[in-house]
Amino acid sequence: MDIFLQQIVNGLVQGSIYALVALGYTMVYGIMGLINFAHGEVVMIGTLVTITVAGSLIKAGMPVALAALAGLSVSLLLCMALGWGLERIAYRPLRNAPRLTPLITAIGMSIVLQNLAMMIWGRNYLTFPALLPKVNFELAGAHFTFIQVVIVLLSGATMAGLLGLIYRTKLGMAMRATAQNPAVASLMGVNINRVIAAAFVIGSALGALAGVMVGTYYEIAHYQMGFMLGLKAFTAAVLGGIGNLAGAMLGGVLLGIIEALGAGYIGDLTGGFLGSHYQDIFAFIVLIVVLMFKPSGLFGEKTGDRA
Amino acid sequence: MSANVPTTLLEAKAVAKHFGGVKALRDVSLTIRRGEIYGLIGPNGAGKTTFFNCMTGLYVPDGGGFVFDGVPLVADAPHQAAERGIARTFQNIRLFGNMTALENVMVGRHVRTRAGVLGAMLNNAATRAEEAAIRQRAMDLLHYVRIEDRADDLAKNLSYGDQRRLEIARALASEPKLLCLDEPAAGMNATETAELRELIEGIRRDGTTILLIEHDVKLVMGLCDRVAVLDYGALVIEDVPAVVQKDQRVIEAYLGA
Amino acid sequence: MNKWLSPRSAFGITLIVVALLGLPFVAAMGGQAWVRILDFAILYVFLALGLNIVVGFAGLLDLGYIAFYAVGAYAWALLASPHFGLHLPIWVILPIGAGLACIAGVLLGSPTLKLRGDYLAIVTLGFGEIVRIFMNNLNAPVNITNGPQGITLIDPVAFGGFKFSGTTQVFGYALTGPMKYYYLLVALAILVIIINLRLQHSRIGRAWQAIREDEIAAKAVGINTRNIKLLAFAMGASFGGIAGGVFAAMQGFVSPESFSLMESIMILAMVVLGGMGHIPGVILGAVLLSILPEALRYGVGPAQMALFGKQLVDPESLRMLVFGLALVLVMRFKPAGLWPSPERKRELGEKRMEVAK
Repeated sequence: MDIFLQQIVNGLVQGSIYALVALGYTMVYGIMGLINFAHGEVVMIGTLVTITVAGSLIKAGMPVALAALAGLSVSLLLCMALGWGLERIAYRPLRNAPRLTPLITAIGMSIVLQNLAMMIWGRNYLTFPALLPKVNFELAGAHFTFIQVVIVLLSGATMAGLLGLIYRTKLGMAMRATAQNPAVASLMGVNINRVIAAAFVIGSALGALAGVMVGTYYEIAHYQMGFMLGLKAFTAAVLGGIGNLAGAMLGGVLLGIIEALGAGYIGDLTGGFLGSHYQDIFAFIVLIVVLMFKPSGLFGEKTGDRA
Repeated sequence: MSANVPTTLLEAKAVAKHFGGVKALRDVSLTIRRGEIYGLIGPNGAGKTTFFNCMTGLYVPDGGGFVFDGVPLVADAPHQAAERGIARTFQNIRLFGNMTALENVMVGRHVRTRAGVLGAMLNNAATRAEEAAIRQRAMDLLHYVRIEDRADDLAKNLSYGDQRRLEIARALASEPKLLCLDEPAAGMNATETAELRELIEGIRRDGTTILLIEHDVKLVMGLCDRVAVLDYGALVIEDVPAVVQKDQRVIEAYLGA
Repeated sequence: MNKWLSPRSAFGITLIVVALLGLPFVAAMGGQAWVRILDFAILYVFLALGLNIVVGFAGLLDLGYIAFYAVGAYAWALLASPHFGLHLPIWVILPIGAGLACIAGVLLGSPTLKLRGDYLAIVTLGFGEIVRIFMNNLNAPVNITNGPQGITLIDPVAFGGFKFSGTTQVFGYALTGPMKYYYLLVALAILVIIINLRLQHSRIGRAWQAIREDEIAAKAVGINTRNIKLLAFAMGASFGGIAGGVFAAMQGFVSPESFSLMESIMILAMVVLGGMGHIPGVILGAVLLSILPEALRYGVGPAQMALFGKQLVDPESLRMLVFGLALVLVMRFKPAGLWPSPERKRELGEKRMEVAK
């Protein structure tokens, strides 16, 4: 029972991070049908920038809280600019190109960003500065840390804010309209370019935040960290029904929990045949199974064929 | 027609289909006889195309079913409908736009030909002969619908009227017993409509039964042997044009009661 | 149809044949490493043309193609190495490898091929990762794949007593192992080119194109879209399996590292960058993308030395950076690929508009 509760807690934390990253994928996909492969790298850059900024400020003697805030802000702004730049420079010219073209571009950008990051930050694992105090709690047999609480609460608040933005503001309405039908939305006076740019900027901001959380949580970062994280997050988005915001959130949390439980119990389930290093396959197996029975994802809309 | 061939080609038995709460088809039953031109008319949204899609396997009916040529049609298997001998065209033309007109018709031969991957890889005599026959037959059909001079043009570059003809040629390539035309005259001018009418009559003369969904009531009444009227998903009447035209319910359905 | 080639095309073909035969000798002047690079270029041509059946012909986005390659490679490695003490002949292993890859393709494809394009992409991607993770971890409790260390001392390709590894004297010429493999690979590549060409202009090839153009219309004309797609998927997988077997034999060593997602992406990039569905384009893409990173490997370091007198940035990452940029730039200025087929160029140009509809 202890393991169960503990793994639920761990899964919830990891899942909140997946959810934040998944939102970036799902927004871009929902609006322009593009798998933005480079999104994981944006998360990675968000983490590494925070290390540099917050790390050097702390070294310079700035109070940790202030340095953390500064690091987060710089990383947010930089990633938003990066997201905006990616769309403007790499994807926008391909708006009417063949479907696979922007996908290859995204893969190319992902390679470029990863190697740029390697040139800047090197090949080695970097230590993430301790930005939050290390306090442990215990509840009903499960241990959790202050950091975990912050991650869950902050991502919850951020997602609530995002839903407010999408469903309560004019920009949000424009985004939803564009996702439904870009041609009609543009006839109705929606500035499609602005909407798409906004999706990238918002998604990148969420990604940067997630990156900082990952760094704080695992205390290390690496130029290749964005890849698997991005892959899992995208899986989460598809699991929830890609293009669907709530789906991405729930898909992320669900994936985190499934992974944690899977890793905790796989040994018992397979009689010790498979160990916890199979953790990474859970995401994909769950995905394949879900899509087999519910081809549009758990919460996705049915897209029927029209004759 | 020999006496022991049953006259009924297609029988729809209480076909029902709903989308959410909307009842698109309410227990529609009708009978199409061999060799006739059968019209299916009704106001917009009456369920004509839904009926079509159920019959050709694109939709799965929620109730009822079809018997075609004496054997029930399997639901949810559009490719089998073609194999059984039902070919269709689409209201909003669906050609393979980046294939040539000839290739479009050649694809239509798919269900009546056999060559598989192995044959293609070996390119043996049987495969080559079949390929030549496909090409010849497709060419003949283009000639039949009188667009043979456009054979090597991409389908999407054909004029609207020629695209309609090409779609019919593609449908005929599968040697259907029943050819279903979904609003073939939509968007056509008077001359084109007259030519289309001639084409449809020709196809019937050559032995293919035709189901015609049309908006153009005049065309339907002039062309069809029998007509069925759908309104709000239900069958209003099924009879010869002369009777249907005078039916009070039909007039109401069209004028809006 | 004209059975005889015109003098011009006969001359062209002769030229190509001579060039293909002579190429490894030219490359050997720069060292055997270049012959090896050439081998890999041809192997990638083979792989890319296999994937082209899936992506280019049937229009299915497969991001896990490398998994089938891995299946073929491990099949060879396990059946012809000291690991299990098995040394089966090529006639047995290659069909087994291709068959296993084909079965894997069918198993993955049959439940997932009805999914929308992008979903299929992520499912295949996940499958690729699953295969890789299993190969990485199936060394305990029973040692099947030997885990991350991989399997070594794999038998080379051999027909009877003729081995493709080591140097042999043929008509007074010394043929090195890589050179012999080169000719084998060229033969295989030519075979797959012929198969691609024949499929494209066949009843099945037309059905694939029809599905790509309009799946509903394809169903309406009687094409069993699911089976026909599965056929493409399984065929692509089988070719991947064959390539994997040859790869394992040629390297003498396999480890999970060779089958990362990046490899799948690389092969897809070859197909798309070259010009999907267009056989000469795909060949061009495969040759370019396999040679370019290698050429950069040899070019980037020395160029920095010459320009700045020292290594400013790590040549390895600079090489990948240039590669990534090349992908982006080609897609920007040649969205349909470097050498697209004339129809494909137009067709793809309008796909996005339909999506926007």
